Amino acid sequence: MAEKFISRGFKGRARETARALKERIPPGQYETKDFPVLSAGPTPRTPLERWDFSIYGEMAEDLKWTWDEFRKLPRETVTVDIHCVTKWSKLDTVWTGVSVDTLLKGINLDAQPAVGYLIAFCDGGYTTNLPLADVRGGKAWVVDEYDGRPLAPEHGGPARLLVPHLYFWKSAKWVRGFKLVREDRPGFWESVGYHNYGDPWKEQRYTGD
Amino acid sequence: MKDNNLRLDGNAAGGLLNEIFPFEITAAEATCGSCGRMRPIGELMLYGHGMGAILRCAGCDTALIRITHIRGCYRLDLSGMSCLRIAADIQQNP
Amino acid sequence: MTQLKWQLGTVVEIRQETPKVKSLILDVPDWTTHLAGQHVDVRLTAEDGYQAQRSYSIASPPEDKYLMLTVERIEDGEVSPYLTDELRVGDRIELRGPIGGYFVWNPRDRKNEGSPLFLVAGGSGIAPLMAMIRHRANSQNKAPTKLLYSSRSYDDVIYREELDRISANDSSLRVIHTLTRRQPQNWMSYERRIDLAMLAETAWQPAEKPIAFTSGPTALVETVANHLLELGYKPECIKTERFGPTGD
Repeated sequence: MAEKFISRGFKGRARETARALKERIPPGQYETKDFPVLSAGPTPRTPLERWDFSIYGEMAEDLKWTWDEFRKLPRETVTVDIHCVTKWSKLDTVWTGVSVDTLLKGINLDAQPAVGYLIAFCDGGYTTNLPLADVRGGKAWVVDEYDGRPLAPEHGGPARLLVPHLYFWKSAKWVRGFKLVREDRPGFWESVGYHNYGDPWKEQRYTGD
Repeated sequence: MKDNNLRLDGNAAGGLLNEIFPFEITAAEATCGSCGRMRPIGELMLYGHGMGAILRCAGCDTALIRITHIRGCYRLDLSGMSCLRIAADIQQNP
Repeated sequence: MTQLKWQLGTVVEIRQETPKVKSLILDVPDWTTHLAGQHVDVRLTAEDGYQAQRSYSIASPPEDKYLMLTVERIEDGEVSPYLTDELRVGDRIELRGPIGGYFVWNPRDRKNEGSPLFLVAGGSGIAPLMAMIRHRANSQNKAPTKLLYSSRSYDDVIYREELDRISANDSSLRVIHTLTRRQPQNWMSYERRIDLAMLAETAWQPAEKPIAFTSGPTALVETVANHLLELGYKPECIKTERFGPTGD
């Protein structure tokens, strides 16, 4: 293959990673101070009066919260690093919302061990799939604030899923609920070549990694 | 609206589509399987920015074409499109 | 299956068109030909292998020896500031093309015979339409043509003098400007964003079977397309190319 042509003097967006931070940046990633917006579709604009969050599926219970009910649930603020499969990582991002553990409290998951996966569904039709184990035990939240302010629509507001230990496409924007299922099913990006699980520390970007 | 101004159309996916199809597919007409609207692919709304190209119906936002290009392999999901009309005199790629 | 290859073009001239806009004139030895309205993808590669890619319309007509790309500098942009600030005569850039089968005007296409052209541009959206206007002038095509061109101010009108010159020499081409932010003294033309009333006054009647091409910022393109539909244009007679955000 021909030697790659280098554009003289082209630097591109800042992507230098200070040495001290290297252990916080997964392989193949670089740190950004921006917050890039990547969308697979137009920004939905669901009014809060019509917004709700549901959990249903192949188990006994059905749960639903209106926006007001959701806002009254126990909330916490977390500071996490996020890693996008397009190679940027953003450190120390601050989010506020409801732990998925809190949301799943009303479901007797121990009584239904065969139900092992969840599919997050969103306004606009986006979906992503996750093992239940990866959203329990303090690993995931449904967040409605970023940096102390209401989550902006282009970043997923009014609420998005946050699962920071996996690539950020799993942190579904405009999330409206979870469908709990026995069998895993690839979501929007997983079905066109992205990794089914997506661990950034194992660089699981694409199917087969 | 600010983010609407970021929106591009199928013309901007022309280069990627040229890698796959041996003709200028932005001129071909796609029928949306959801609302029935039939328009050239150049008029579809393009989203994606880095993970892949998603081309959506301008009328109802249904994804008609989803393309990723990963390690040299293309994957296309055309399930949102119910028909693709390619005119007999459609321009061939050079 | 043929595939477009990435090829190298050498910058032979850089022209400052307006304060924020430059034209790059490129010598592309392996270039075949193109149709007015088509574009190229430009790819930049940093030393560590990082790549960025954008599309730019070809502003030069097919018969020109060199390729012209007209680039507006977008504040905070990743690619345009490199092309307008860093690139020098003698540098090379990587591009592929020509791309596009929808937003093209080919006067030899029998389907276009007898159709007047309505060209509507916002800012740097003039580039593909200028390829059409230049090609039309070079081929002595007399299809009645109107260009409605929206710019922020007189100094921001790209190709202003050339447009004046071409239209002065050709009664079948009419150029109508609108300046949306600042107007010079004694300005006689429009002074606002393109709206339904302006299009009603300037566009060809649907009965004349016109073809419309509109390109520029996404918001302008969508406004124009929607209004032309309201005025009775058939959807298949309106061709659109969205350029995304502008340096505003």
